[in-house]
Amino acid sequence: MSELLKNIIRFFLFILVQVFILFKMPPLHRFVVPYLYYLFILWLPFSLSRMSITFIGFIFGLCLDYFTHTPGLHAAACTLIAYVRPFVIGLLISQEGADKNYIAPSIVSMGWAPYATYVLVLTLLHHCYLSLLQLNIGGFVYFLGKVIASTAVSFLLVMLTELLFFRKQKFRTNTI
Amino acid sequence: MRNVFLFIRRHFNFLFFLVLQIIALSFLFRFNKFHEAAFLNVSTEVTGRFYERYNNIEYYFQLKKTNESLVQENLRLRQQLKENYEAPDSIRRLIHDTLKVDSSAVIKYKIMEAKVVNNSTSSQANYLTIHRGSDQGVRPNMGVTGPQGLVGSVVNVSKNFATVQSMLHYQFKVVAKLKHNNEIGTIQWDGASPLYVTMKNIPKSVNVQKGDTVVTSQLGNLWPANLMVGTVAEIVPDNSSNFYTLKVRVATNFGSIEYVYVIDNLQADEQRQLEDSTRKKIQ
Repeated sequence: MSELLKNIIRFFLFILVQVFILFKMPPLHRFVVPYLYYLFILWLPFSLSRMSITFIGFIFGLCLDYFTHTPGLHAAACTLIAYVRPFVIGLLISQEGADKNYIAPSIVSMGWAPYATYVLVLTLLHHCYLSLLQLNIGGFVYFLGKVIASTAVSFLLVMLTELLFFRKQKFRTNTI
Repeated sequence: MRNVFLFIRRHFNFLFFLVLQIIALSFLFRFNKFHEAAFLNVSTEVTGRFYERYNNIEYYFQLKKTNESLVQENLRLRQQLKENYEAPDSIRRLIHDTLKVDSSAVIKYKIMEAKVVNNSTSSQANYLTIHRGSDQGVRPNMGVTGPQGLVGSVVNVSKNFATVQSMLHYQFKVVAKLKHNNEIGTIQWDGASPLYVTMKNIPKSVNVQKGDTVVTSQLGNLWPANLMVGTVAEIVPDNSSNFYTLKVRVATNFGSIEYVYVIDNLQADEQRQLEDSTRKKIQ
């Protein structure tokens, strides 16, 4: 299956999973809102330019927003993590030229620890920004509690997804 | 000039990011003020179809609860039938008025039923989607009530669907009163629990007990008076003010709501026009 088709299927799948499973779940606690949909952005290929990643993030977030009737909320958060993503990858990539030899960020292409850090940083950023924009009621403790609890739960969900749907990645040499 | 173009070319990614952020944030904050944003009418129609599909399945799991709440409502209405009341003595007999509508009375509220196809309780801004839209006569700013009590108000309408701002929304406000002494206060949601809302502006001179019924007041033009809102669950002592803060247990069970009634106030426009023109005259 081509990479483009895979990503298009993922686009719809992640939104449907988020809207009809994770948002429908009875809330565990008022701090905890489980998020998984932004994993789509983390799984986008290395080869996309910075501008197109930012734009895809915006469109993706906006699609989710139309389901939750909050136009712009998730779009803003997704644009932010999509924009920051290349910087984080640049900092964390350990092997020389891994972003040329593999298609997309994963445990195989980046290694366990760098990949976990990559997910954690972007998850934290996403939840911080999202909670900041929703900060209409509740004080600082509420904000902090929500960010930390949601990040922990979402991180767990992402890691479970990684283990359940293990993505095999072929090593591609850049010598033709 | 050349430097400006060079600057734009150099930081194009960052500027592009900023533009997208500004678009997103303007959507967000404009929506909160005016309840409308780009393409929302179209998107409500599309997401509404998805939610309808989902609801078709989920509905079966709620049948028992739905049935129960409808039976309860029937029971309440049946108890208000005239046959249930006995006249005080045998000389005075209760006679049914065969004239159904008093010709001097004018109908003020029209009620439509609607199926709930989507509902959320977990965020700070909760909305319901109902399967009735502008084609069926739903307009924004109509009151919505359920079998058990108040639900919310319509904020946005597409052809066949409408979104309802639920009582569990941080911007929702309704003027309500205590049933036994008609004392008026405002009801808002503090975002903490979907089971409770807060009622403010009840003076401390008023006698309030736990379990008192809270109903809608005749003020405000979305809902008719005396619709059930909830019962007082806790009286929060606040020594710094002369008003009570009451924690009110919501009558509607937002977790399992399947049908609602949309209330059309036929005289709302007239009232609003009069009030607006009065305001202009004073200025």
